Amino acid sequence: MLNNQKCVNDLKAKYPDVSEEHREFLCKVKKRKRAIIITQVSLLVVFFVLWELAARTKLIDTFLTSYPSQMWNLFLRLMEDGSLYRHVGISTFETVVGFVAGTLLGTLVAIFLWWSDFISEVLDPYLVVLNALPKTALAPVIILWAGAGITGIIVTAMAVSIVVTILGVYGGFKEVDSDKIKMLQTFGATRLQILQKVIIPASIPTIVSAVKINVGLSWVGVIVGELMVSRAGIGYLIVYGSQVFRLDLVMTSVFILAILATIMYQGVAYLEKKLMKWR
Amino acid sequence: MTVEKVVEIENVSMNYHTLDGETLAIKDLSFNVYKGEIVIIVGPSGCGKSTALSIISGLIKPSSGKVVVNGKAVVEPSKSIGYMFQKDHLFEWRTILNNVLIGVEIQNKLTNEMKEKAERLLELYGLGEFKHYYPSQLSGGMRQRVALIRTLAIEPDLLLLDEPFTALDYQTKLAVADEIGRILKKEGKTAIMVTHDISEAISMGDRVIVLSKRPSTIKSIHEIKLTLDVERTPLASREAPEFRHYFNTIWKELDVHVK
Repeated sequence: MLNNQKCVNDLKAKYPDVSEEHREFLCKVKKRKRAIIITQVSLLVVFFVLWELAARTKLIDTFLTSYPSQMWNLFLRLMEDGSLYRHVGISTFETVVGFVAGTLLGTLVAIFLWWSDFISEVLDPYLVVLNALPKTALAPVIILWAGAGITGIIVTAMAVSIVVTILGVYGGFKEVDSDKIKMLQTFGATRLQILQKVIIPASIPTIVSAVKINVGLSWVGVIVGELMVSRAGIGYLIVYGSQVFRLDLVMTSVFILAILATIMYQGVAYLEKKLMKWR
Repeated sequence: MTVEKVVEIENVSMNYHTLDGETLAIKDLSFNVYKGEIVIIVGPSGCGKSTALSIISGLIKPSSGKVVVNGKAVVEPSKSIGYMFQKDHLFEWRTILNNVLIGVEIQNKLTNEMKEKAERLLELYGLGEFKHYYPSQLSGGMRQRVALIRTLAIEPDLLLLDEPFTALDYQTKLAVADEIGRILKKEGKTAIMVTHDISEAISMGDRVIVLSKRPSTIKSIHEIKLTLDVERTPLASREAPEFRHYFNTIWKELDVHVK
């Protein structure tokens, strides 16, 4: 294990005070981490290489599957003529507005339910039904009502995420330790103060995890909406590509979508870390 | 001893209603607490000790009877009563100093003067260097001390302590009980504490009230008088010759049977 010895020696300078054994332990952890990342990257590379090779050797029908180099070229062309930015921009805008609105409105409704036990008990069965219903089934109706354009798509995105938010955040509110509330009551706290000082701050982790789920759900709403009515956006590219049998366009769009959704998810994860530094 | 009454509890009874019926938890409870006194309530588990505290604090209304604190009938949580719980209930997202200030904040009394006072209290009780820490960085004993300072920060005339050491391990419990006992005496606070720990009761209390099984009534009241060469602190009290006698008497009165 020459490599290992080198690692241990390198760490000597950085941690002069720890034992040899501890340095070896640190090296082992580091090595394992690196091995995982290398394997992850290799998997991706192997996947694309095999795909490309299978396409070139005519092992697969490229009319149905497209292939990486074709997709890459298309990607570059889309960037060059600027249409990529327009489609990405529109879809991203719809998604962000959709999940922000879904989260805010959902949280507001959750506060409302928390405020009145009576109302929350009355509405409980309706929320259960709405939650069980696949919201995408409502998309055609929503689009008829809200308009066959960006507004309709945003409302669809919001509708997909709002019920989950209401249930999740309200559940979080109810889980706040009742003795913590009692503690504030002994100081003479009003209901509004209880909401401000304990319910909301204690539920920030729940709200953030609702946002995380909503990012994904919002994309579902946006893509469904775009598949149905739009003239622009990633969903439009996918449906257009499939209609004219341009599989390179479909595949490229799906990959762009995957990257966008990941970036957005990571953004929320970063925000979570910032918000919860007390952990 | 001054005989200024801080708390008067008169014929308090409490009924609990559930769909299965009603339960009489407390029956005809009456006693007084005088200024600067620490009164301990002990009783078998489930006898309604904590309910009694909640009634005194004004969190719940008794079915009958009344509670008077400083000459005023208690009908809702009062700014002059501090309440300490089994768990510290510190807010994880607030620093220690901001946790201490929560009561003051709720009562809209947050001024620089109050802030300085809170910092002084933390300093005084050995937590000064931790004021910008988060609760998760403190040990259980320290957290419970912070909880007491949070209660003291609103300058209550009366403190109610609901089994405040139960959540701590045995050694920490002895140390924190000693510490909190000293703090209460030093600040000259009047306090009512509920516990199921007989030794804790004798070591901290000026008087110990023994409650019966449900429906709770007062079984007996013990004036704790200990002969000690040193100043009386909860830990020192355990060395007093009378300690054992009180322990045996109260133990018999609690009439515990494990079947």
